[in-house]
Amino acid sequence: MSAVYQDLLARTRAAVREVDAARARDLLEQEGAVALDVREQDEVDQGVVPGAVHIPRGFLEMRVEDALPNRDRTVVVYCAGGTRSAFAAKALQDLGYADVVSLAGGFNGWKGAGLPWEQPRSLTPDQRRRYSRHLLIPEVGEEGQRKLLDARVLLVGAGGLGSPAALYLAAAGVGTLGVIDADAVDDSNLQRQVIHTTERVGMPKVESARLTIEALNPDVTVVGHEVRLSKENALELFAPYDIVVDGTDNFATRYLINDACVLLNKPNIHGSIFRFEGQATVFSANGGPCYRCLFPSPPPPELAPSCAEAGVLGLLPGTVGLIQATEVVKLILGIGEPLVGRLLLYDALATEFRTLRLRRDAACPICGPGAPASLDDIEYTDVACAIPALAATA
Amino acid sequence: MTDGQTISVLVPTPLRRFTAGAARVDGTGTKVAELLDGLDARYPGLRKRICEGDGRIRRFVNVFVNGNNVREGDGEATPLRPGDEVGIIPAMAGGASGRRA
Repeated sequence: MSAVYQDLLARTRAAVREVDAARARDLLEQEGAVALDVREQDEVDQGVVPGAVHIPRGFLEMRVEDALPNRDRTVVVYCAGGTRSAFAAKALQDLGYADVVSLAGGFNGWKGAGLPWEQPRSLTPDQRRRYSRHLLIPEVGEEGQRKLLDARVLLVGAGGLGSPAALYLAAAGVGTLGVIDADAVDDSNLQRQVIHTTERVGMPKVESARLTIEALNPDVTVVGHEVRLSKENALELFAPYDIVVDGTDNFATRYLINDACVLLNKPNIHGSIFRFEGQATVFSANGGPCYRCLFPSPPPPELAPSCAEAGVLGLLPGTVGLIQATEVVKLILGIGEPLVGRLLLYDALATEFRTLRLRRDAACPICGPGAPASLDDIEYTDVACAIPALAATA
Repeated sequence: MTDGQTISVLVPTPLRRFTAGAARVDGTGTKVAELLDGLDARYPGLRKRICEGDGRIRRFVNVFVNGNNVREGDGEATPLRPGDEVGIIPAMAGGASGRRA
């Protein structure tokens, strides 16, 4: 090593506080303290201090303010042996971080002292490239991307809402996508159901969705359920999934999805559309309201119109379906304010979004006290097609 | 936008055939029920789509006053003041799949 380098290192070490592994552990047990790993990815793959934030030394100054916005937190910087972390600690001090220490002896010293460490489940090089724009966002990062890859999301309906939701959830790397749909692709679907293609008219929608998703992202496992959802199969179908996306087109199925999600305590990502108007919300999550809190019962059959009156701007389900997909990803990552207890209204003609506050109904027949423990005694009568109840009768 | 003296009512797409296509109409009244009565006089048939025969708001419709659901308050007796914004929100089932899932 050159004399100039040795001198620089010595001056840097003198300018930062170095601690041994035992002291670093004590610091990290304090409220708000964080470990910062500045090694390269191949080193991180071999093992890390649990909970450490990873920024390679070369990107430190560029990324640390996003990853650690609070400059008053205690930051324990480590590398393999304690040299890079000394330079990194100095850089953090220069950026205004008030309480930075460098782990002398580095990760090797930490391991040698018998302190806890863990083997990170790493993304493959292909995955790092594919999801690089996610990895650059501190709210997602590698940990968040792994959560997405581990997540299991069920799409009920591969139609207008389910198509865009499935495409973007697949692209985002949601690892398991279940798709329930008993229908085949029809040429009248293609105006809005963008997961299907002209040449697949007649093919089961579940199969068409699988082809598109697998072509888009081989990381995603598609589980096709070519069945009609019923109260006999709903609980069993939903059980393996973390989150359910309601992209159906009739009241009976919507109430069934709601009730099954409440019974299984799974978030129900709701979207519905009519002509130029959309609604979206997250039901049955974080103690928030359910569909029956908002609409206690479906409209009676005499107000149910004929399917022929239905119509929708083909672009509208794209907007609403992607709002649903965004809520799914937020819930998986645990970031932001999920659309729980709020009903989002979208008017495409006026280009207006409104949010209405929803509350849980203390007397709700399905999520209130005395609610049924099974779906057995609930009637699900299909009273309408794609039409809101109010459009019925002249 | 309202002029501050009247109550602005947001009309959902399925009810716009009663309001000659208007997405927003103005009304008056000191309570939700009174507002709906006044609207029904101008737009016959509108009230019946929102309320049961006994005047209570139908269970598949919600009426919001300034973003708050009247079902959580005094229902159709919820008081109104000039400048309030009333939203009528029906249950919509559409997912545009064209068929049942």
